[in-house]
Amino acid sequence: MQKKTIEELESICSQVRRDCLRMVHAVQSGHPGASLGCTEFFVGLYFDQMNHDPSFNMNALNEDVFFLSNGHISPVFYSVLSRSGYFPVDEMNTFRKINSRLQGHPATHEHLPGIRIASGSLGQGLSVAIGVAQAKKLNEDDKTVYILMGDGEQEEGQIWEAAMYAAHWKVDNLIATIDLNRQQIDGPTKEVMDLIDLRAKYESFGWTVIDTHAGNDMKSVLEGLEKAKALSRKGKPVLNLLHTEMGYGVDFMVGTHKWHGIAPSDEQLADALGQLPETLGDY
Amino acid sequence: MEKTLDLKYTYTEKKDTRSGFGDGFLELGRSNPNVVGLCADLIGSLKMGAFQNEFPERFFQTGIAEANMMGIAAGMTIGGKIPFTGTFANFSTGRVYDQIRQSIAYSGKNVKICASHAGLTLGEDGATHQILEDVGMMKMLPHMTVINPCDYNQTKAATIAIADYEGPVYLRFGRPKWPIFTDPAQKFEIGKAWKMIEGTDVTIFATGHLVWEAVLAEAALREEGISAEVINIHTIKPLDQEAILDSVAKTGCAVSAEEHQLNGGLGDSVAQTLARNNPAPMEYVGVNDSFGESGTPTELLEKYGLNAANIVAAAKKVLARK
Repeated sequence: MQKKTIEELESICSQVRRDCLRMVHAVQSGHPGASLGCTEFFVGLYFDQMNHDPSFNMNALNEDVFFLSNGHISPVFYSVLSRSGYFPVDEMNTFRKINSRLQGHPATHEHLPGIRIASGSLGQGLSVAIGVAQAKKLNEDDKTVYILMGDGEQEEGQIWEAAMYAAHWKVDNLIATIDLNRQQIDGPTKEVMDLIDLRAKYESFGWTVIDTHAGNDMKSVLEGLEKAKALSRKGKPVLNLLHTEMGYGVDFMVGTHKWHGIAPSDEQLADALGQLPETLGDY
Repeated sequence: MEKTLDLKYTYTEKKDTRSGFGDGFLELGRSNPNVVGLCADLIGSLKMGAFQNEFPERFFQTGIAEANMMGIAAGMTIGGKIPFTGTFANFSTGRVYDQIRQSIAYSGKNVKICASHAGLTLGEDGATHQILEDVGMMKMLPHMTVINPCDYNQTKAATIAIADYEGPVYLRFGRPKWPIFTDPAQKFEIGKAWKMIEGTDVTIFATGHLVWEAVLAEAALREEGISAEVINIHTIKPLDQEAILDSVAKTGCAVSAEEHQLNGGLGDSVAQTLARNNPAPMEYVGVNDSFGESGTPTELLEKYGLNAANIVAAAKKVLARK
């Protein structure tokens, strides 16, 4: 398949942001802030970086595989999965509604293609991704495991158990990314629980760490992911610190934790959609 | 008590049920290349060393980090592995309940949670390690299978059997040397209760180490002219309701016996089955809303009312209520 241009990927981002906002608005529930902030990352992974199969096989043999640990940003995950062909885009109409495969937080229970583990209770995804990476090694499968976590999520103790384990076992087919938006529910991470220096923390745990300083710039996101991949398979797990802005793409949502878990009103939705061109057709 | 009784089952050797797990696990390593092991710094206590020596590439020391171990195990199933996690029952359940709930049970992952040192018979280490709530926590999780075998041979057979079952399993066993009274060649059927002794007056539903106490109790009751049926409920979930109802239809009353809190244990499951289908008098042998303490296994079973004499007393009490 021919590689998409940066402009094409950016145009997908606009549609993904529309999807996120429309899903959350329709049920007046969900988490738009970090979904918008991580849009370039998701689109870059699924439409450029990963070698993956939308016909979906749970065991993910001989394909790159992604796990979402901060499951509350399910809108962006669902949008990118459906826009990649994992399930019909119409199904986004069912987000968070009764009898849906698109649960509030991602789940395997309803067998939604593209989801391989439930997430939502924070701190668990890194361990799971490490296990998947080790299974790949046992299976002599040379593909890569990707995992996204939140920065507030780094406050969970299990993360550091997993960080220690991944370095000890030289899990170097793993690329972890932290959405470094410096916000969490109760306010800025610096005020709620200061993370101080995540680079130094992970380096001291034995990881290779890179920064993607412009996490909402598609070119930078791709460069970061490519750099991370080039640094993988050298005996250490790799961490990508993705500096993003919550609510990116919508002027009244950007850069604040206010939109972590609330839905836009009708007027706010109209305002937001006016800033985001419909590029692939709304679901 | 056992020396003077005419027992339906006897033994020549005592061994810990955890060794049954370790030996079964080694056999699995040889027969199933997808089986992998994880242990949180208790390889010797869990008897996982032989597997680790023979299959080092399939064995993962996680250090003292049980939450991570559960997540790693869940991840390894994605790729077709069958992970067996090993640590004490306390650290296999309460400490990691949310990890099991979300990453294993709700996600439907094929992880085998293997838990040693369950119950009071852990002994001298005391209440911090003597978990008596694990069966309750695990059986509440939707689609979790819960197994508590009674001796070395049954634990070994159960360990081998669960690898062929697709889905999460909690396998509970213990530390003390305990009589080996079941057949080494037994076939272990998950969810199928085993009627060990036929009787007509009262049914004793026992699990784990207390199955042996139930065997002792049956002989003691027989000496007094009471005919007790002994059913080994090695699988607490899914529960063999048919076996329970068939037996109580005949005997008309029941006693449960387990090394666990009364709240949430086997007795609760049996009582729910009877209440819904055939309400009958029932008595319970188990720990009554209490933590344990340090002591020898025998002393603890006696102090907390979990030995054969307590089963005999419960049987007489329930017979009087018929």
